[in-house]
Amino acid sequence: MTGGEVVFSRPESLRRTPTHYCPGCTHGTAHRLVAEVLDELGIRERTVGVAPVGCAVFAYNYFNCDFLEAAHGRAPAFATGVKRVRPELIVFTYQGDGDLASIGLAEILHAANRGEKFTVVFVNNAIYGMTGGQMAPTTLPGQVTTTCPGGRDVEQVGYPLRVAELLATLRTPGYIARGSLHGPESIIASKRLVRRAFEHQVAGTCFGLVELLSTCPTNWGLTPMAACQWVVDRMIPYYPLGELKRPESATGQVAS
Amino acid sequence: MGCIMIFSGSEAAAKPRKLLMKGAEAIGEAAIRAGAKAYFCYPITPQTEVAEYLARRMPEVGGVFLQGESELAVANMLFGAAATGARVFTSTSSPGFSLMAEAMSYIAGAELPVVFINVMRCGPGLGGVLAAQSDYWQATRNSGHGDYRCPVLAPSSVQEAAELTLAAFELADRYRNPVIVLADGMIGQMMEPVMLEGLAAGEPVEKPWATQGCGGREPVVVKSLYLDPQVLERMNRRLAEKYAKMQTDEVQVELYNVRERHDLVVVAYGTMARICKTAIDRLGKEGLQVGLVRPITLFPFPVDAVHSAARHSAAGVVTVELSQGQMIDDVNLALGELGRSAFFGRSGGMVPTPDEVTRVFRDLVKRGAA
Ligand SMILES: Cc1ncc(C[n+]2csc(CCOP(=O)(O)OP(=O)(O)O)c2C)c(N)n1
Ligand code: SF4
Ligand SMILES: [Mg+2]
Repeated sequence: MTGGEVVFSRPESLRRTPTHYCPGCTHGTAHRLVAEVLDELGIRERTVGVAPVGCAVFAYNYFNCDFLEAAHGRAPAFATGVKRVRPELIVFTYQGDGDLASIGLAEILHAANRGEKFTVVFVNNAIYGMTGGQMAPTTLPGQVTTTCPGGRDVEQVGYPLRVAELLATLRTPGYIARGSLHGPESIIASKRLVRRAFEHQVAGTCFGLVELLSTCPTNWGLTPMAACQWVVDRMIPYYPLGELKRPESATGQVAS
Repeated sequence: MGCIMIFSGSEAAAKPRKLLMKGAEAIGEAAIRAGAKAYFCYPITPQTEVAEYLARRMPEVGGVFLQGESELAVANMLFGAAATGARVFTSTSSPGFSLMAEAMSYIAGAELPVVFINVMRCGPGLGGVLAAQSDYWQATRNSGHGDYRCPVLAPSSVQEAAELTLAAFELADRYRNPVIVLADGMIGQMMEPVMLEGLAAGEPVEKPWATQGCGGREPVVVKSLYLDPQVLERMNRRLAEKYAKMQTDEVQVELYNVRERHDLVVVAYGTMARICKTAIDRLGKEGLQVGLVRPITLFPFPVDAVHSAARHSAAGVVTVELSQGQMIDDVNLALGELGRSAFFGRSGGMVPTPDEVTRVFRDLVKRGAA
């Protein structure tokens, strides 16, 4: 093939390693978006990622940059430690909804409130994927999981937590956005959000968090295509997409 | 908070200076002299003075001072900070140390050098804020889960608290392991003259494992997950070898009035050992030979020193602690065929007077002779 233009290839920030993710899982898509942004911004060689406890625990096997493996929910504290000691490094955490919104809620809230200048990629699939499909704080009302077999009962366990909205109320400047990985258009839009969050870190502006609505076909008991449709039908109405906060915008204002 | 300087005599200027410092402050200053680059903390009595001292001092030396939202977060921040290769530490007291247990296990598993200062107060639960030695088990066994161990250094004076803080950083780097300085509330709060001159970091240790960005090399990963049982067991064996090496190479112990023959042998550490020394001096004037074995490292425990001092003691061995008896387990293990140790302890923040300890020792000698 001579003279052909390469229009699609593996980003340098991803290794040539097949992932362990289930067919139709959008964790791999989220990895790809982050890796493309690291490449585009030319920051791979000064980046330290922090892997969560969850299906993405092996993220360091796929990303081609330095990595730490955190305790469950504590990635923002790990990232704080790295970034405070070495502010010139680019630091990001990659966390699931159980990790970030349940056991690690204090760590993410305080990191955001301190205005730690790292980036959080928050993969919300409304379930505990790795442990086999238990209820998460983000599980939707009525959604069936192994620990709410009758569907999430909001009388018993309250409503799903909207972390992005919660963090957007903070007075401390930050970049908070939500995208979705259910289809090509939303993936391209999500990448713009991820890129903006990293750009804010590169410029030293503020904390950034991008929530990505993601699929877990295995534990939702749906085919990959049906899972993408479920994101559209069930998740997006509860978790609206867009930029919820920009560093320059007023506290808690939805900016898109 | 300021330190009072003591000048001895007219040629004071030429002599090394002694500073009158609180134990907590001496620990903070020693850490800076050890080259600590970051300190993370959450306030808790009786050691908050370390944080207050470093809030002022760390920025002066270009270091990081950060008050976290909990001890849980603080200990996990230490993981991240240590992973960059910097010397990092925290200080806390018993309930806070319990919350750090999670991260300690991960830090031990990922083999990161981190110094934990635990200025013990009394428990269980919220307990009280006064001095105690009731976290010996927690420090010398595992506070967190998994097959790991940490060196535990136990100062019995403000000077020694400073010296052992420095030593803790050196050990941590050399072994790639968390190290605990286990003080009691008395050491943290007491003011004593200290000499900090001469306390300086040793040769820097190479840290090729540190995550500093992969520019110019292959990426590195700092982690503790090994799902392959063969790989994990190999790792466990390697760690066990490291802990065994600590046991042969790193034992520190003070022998006080230890001779060929004794009327009684005492094993005590930290503040309790100082009170025992006063009692031993008094009994010496009465013609009784009481020897003290003071473990400076609680892990590795000075097994041989305890065993050999105990061999010729008419009334055997007594372990004295500010608890209801924890170190006595290690003393009994060390004694082996020589029998078992007697015990005397006060707890809950009660500290025995030298008079009380003197009486206990005298009674034990009498009973041993009978
Ligand atoms: C302290 C602790 N508690 C529980 C677990 C078990 N655990 C592993 S992953 C996980 C949930 C992960 O769910 P999520 O963060 O949503 O990630 P996903 O797998 O869905 O991507 C749990 C509870 C653990 N490893 N550590
Ligand atoms: S269990 Fe769910 S989140 Fe985990 S890899 Fe499979 S589909 Fe993805
Ligand atoms: Mg999840």
